[in-house]
Amino acid sequence: MARGLGQYILIRALMIIPTILILYTLVFFFLRILPGNPVMAVVGTKNIPPEQLEHLMEMAGLNKPLYVQYFDYLKGILHGDFGVTLAFPMGKPVWDYISQRFPATLELAIWAFTVSVLLGLITGVLGATKKGTKVDTSMRLYSIIAYTLFIPWFGMMLQYVFGIHLHWLPTSGRLDPGVDLHTITGLYVLDSILTGNWEALVSSIRHLILPALTLGIVLSGAYTRLVRNNMVDVLSQDFIRSYQARGVPDRKVLWYALKNAFIPVVTLMGLQFAILLGGAVLTETTFSWPGMGTFLVDRIDYRDYNAIQGAVIFFAFFVGVISLIVDIVYAILDPRVKY
Amino acid sequence: MEIAGKIAEFLFGKKPGRGMMLFGLTIVLIVLIMAIFAPWIAPYDPTQSSDDVFAPPSGEHLMGTNRLGQDMFSRIVWGSRIVLYVVFIATLISMAIGIPLGLVSGYYGGKTDRALSVVMDSIYAFPALILAIVIAVVLGPSPLNTAIAISFVYVPTYFRMVRGQTLSLKGQLFVEAAHAIGAKNREIMFKYILPNLAPTILVVFTLSVADAILTEAGLSFLGLSVTPPTPDWGYDLRVGQPFLLDGYWWLVFFPGVMIMLLAMAFALIGEALNERVSLGTR
Repeated sequence: MARGLGQYILIRALMIIPTILILYTLVFFFLRILPGNPVMAVVGTKNIPPEQLEHLMEMAGLNKPLYVQYFDYLKGILHGDFGVTLAFPMGKPVWDYISQRFPATLELAIWAFTVSVLLGLITGVLGATKKGTKVDTSMRLYSIIAYTLFIPWFGMMLQYVFGIHLHWLPTSGRLDPGVDLHTITGLYVLDSILTGNWEALVSSIRHLILPALTLGIVLSGAYTRLVRNNMVDVLSQDFIRSYQARGVPDRKVLWYALKNAFIPVVTLMGLQFAILLGGAVLTETTFSWPGMGTFLVDRIDYRDYNAIQGAVIFFAFFVGVISLIVDIVYAILDPRVKY
Repeated sequence: MEIAGKIAEFLFGKKPGRGMMLFGLTIVLIVLIMAIFAPWIAPYDPTQSSDDVFAPPSGEHLMGTNRLGQDMFSRIVWGSRIVLYVVFIATLISMAIGIPLGLVSGYYGGKTDRALSVVMDSIYAFPALILAIVIAVVLGPSPLNTAIAISFVYVPTYFRMVRGQTLSLKGQLFVEAAHAIGAKNREIMFKYILPNLAPTILVVFTLSVADAILTEAGLSFLGLSVTPPTPDWGYDLRVGQPFLLDGYWWLVFFPGVMIMLLAMAFALIGEALNERVSLGTR
């Protein structure tokens, strides 16, 4: 073997760079199409002394020629410097916000992702094993309906039923007021387990249920369809028939089939994760979840273009890393992948 | 006449997915009628405030009234215009850019093709909504700007599909034959290859419209699409949410249902078409 897994991973990792560069370039120039300058957009029409404006521009890194700004920012990112905020408060590193907000989004994403894959597997396998029956048709309908659910609407309906009407679950935030949690990773469920804080564990899980279900159910539809079609393919293959002929129990045969049907599903996960992040912006807004999505939306209200740029570039990084992980998992699972 | 018959047979013929197709077309037709005849269908002026605030659905106000006493049913009816306008302009722009680029890129290949593919793949891999948010923020809130923002994120969808299909078609016999009779490259691309892509483009069109409806609603839910008092489904959902706590469910229920019905209608049509064209599972 000429090249090993390590080298494959390295090449894959290098391939993320052009993707992030392209997105950075697009976003950087988009945000500069804006008439006027970002500082003026924040201070508005207030008459401020020219020297003060000059100072503000320098602090925001906006007083240099465009191409210098472009490369300066790029250099900064490599050191984790995503620029400073332009408003409320001015001059605070964008990274401070990202490092504080990102774990919330990650936690929501992990749970929603888990919900979506599990639901997709269950509904997909059901459809495949009952192929051609009413169950199959309903699963197919489920996949279309789930896909076209509008996240804010679906979230609000769950809030209305389980939060406002039945009072079972909280409808916003990550923890009940008054619950203290010493954060280590910023993933509250994990942190409460690590610190043995059971009150916080219950509270954080209760807060996660509705947002994670909202996002998870909406995303599960794509898996339903793929799992079903793959299962139907695999179940008709010779090795499955030979298992059945040898009298292997149905349950076990199904398990073998699922293992084979699962490999193509992994490739979908990367793309689904990007869609999940877009959906997370809506989910977070609906549930006042203090993550990257609400950060982006807050900063849009302030017209804080530096922070918007930082948040979007960070999203690009995150998407890149996820697609790398998916590629690696795929390479490990599928022996046909050549390194 | 023969063509019309064929189209009718294609759309309504007894083939798999007929129910989905009929359901989808019915919903689309209803929304189209709502949009075209809005002034006659809507019982009230959608922007007219009244003292009758937070009235629950009744005979007088089919879908209740909002915090300004505006009739929700009238806002829903007029709101259909914005959604259809934004989504169709957006899809037309993405097709006008994505299809020719994909054709040229796939047909000629080479460095330009590779560069374009990398750019398109990068945009495709990024969360569409977040990219649309950035563009919408820069352009400012207006239906046309929202359409431009949305069109940008769907260009890669058309590009990738057309490019892939062109690549596989350009090696086929009929293209070779066209070369032999002296057809120019441009003729081959647009007169020979493009018509063969029409069914696939139609499927991708309906599916991307379904997706664009949800993206439009997402942008207006975030307050980036229209300015008040313009009636818009996603925006009404946004303004209605704070009052959900007080039990005024009709403020958000109906706009959301409309968004999803319309998106679902296009998704079902796309599904049914997909089966007819037997494009595969994607």
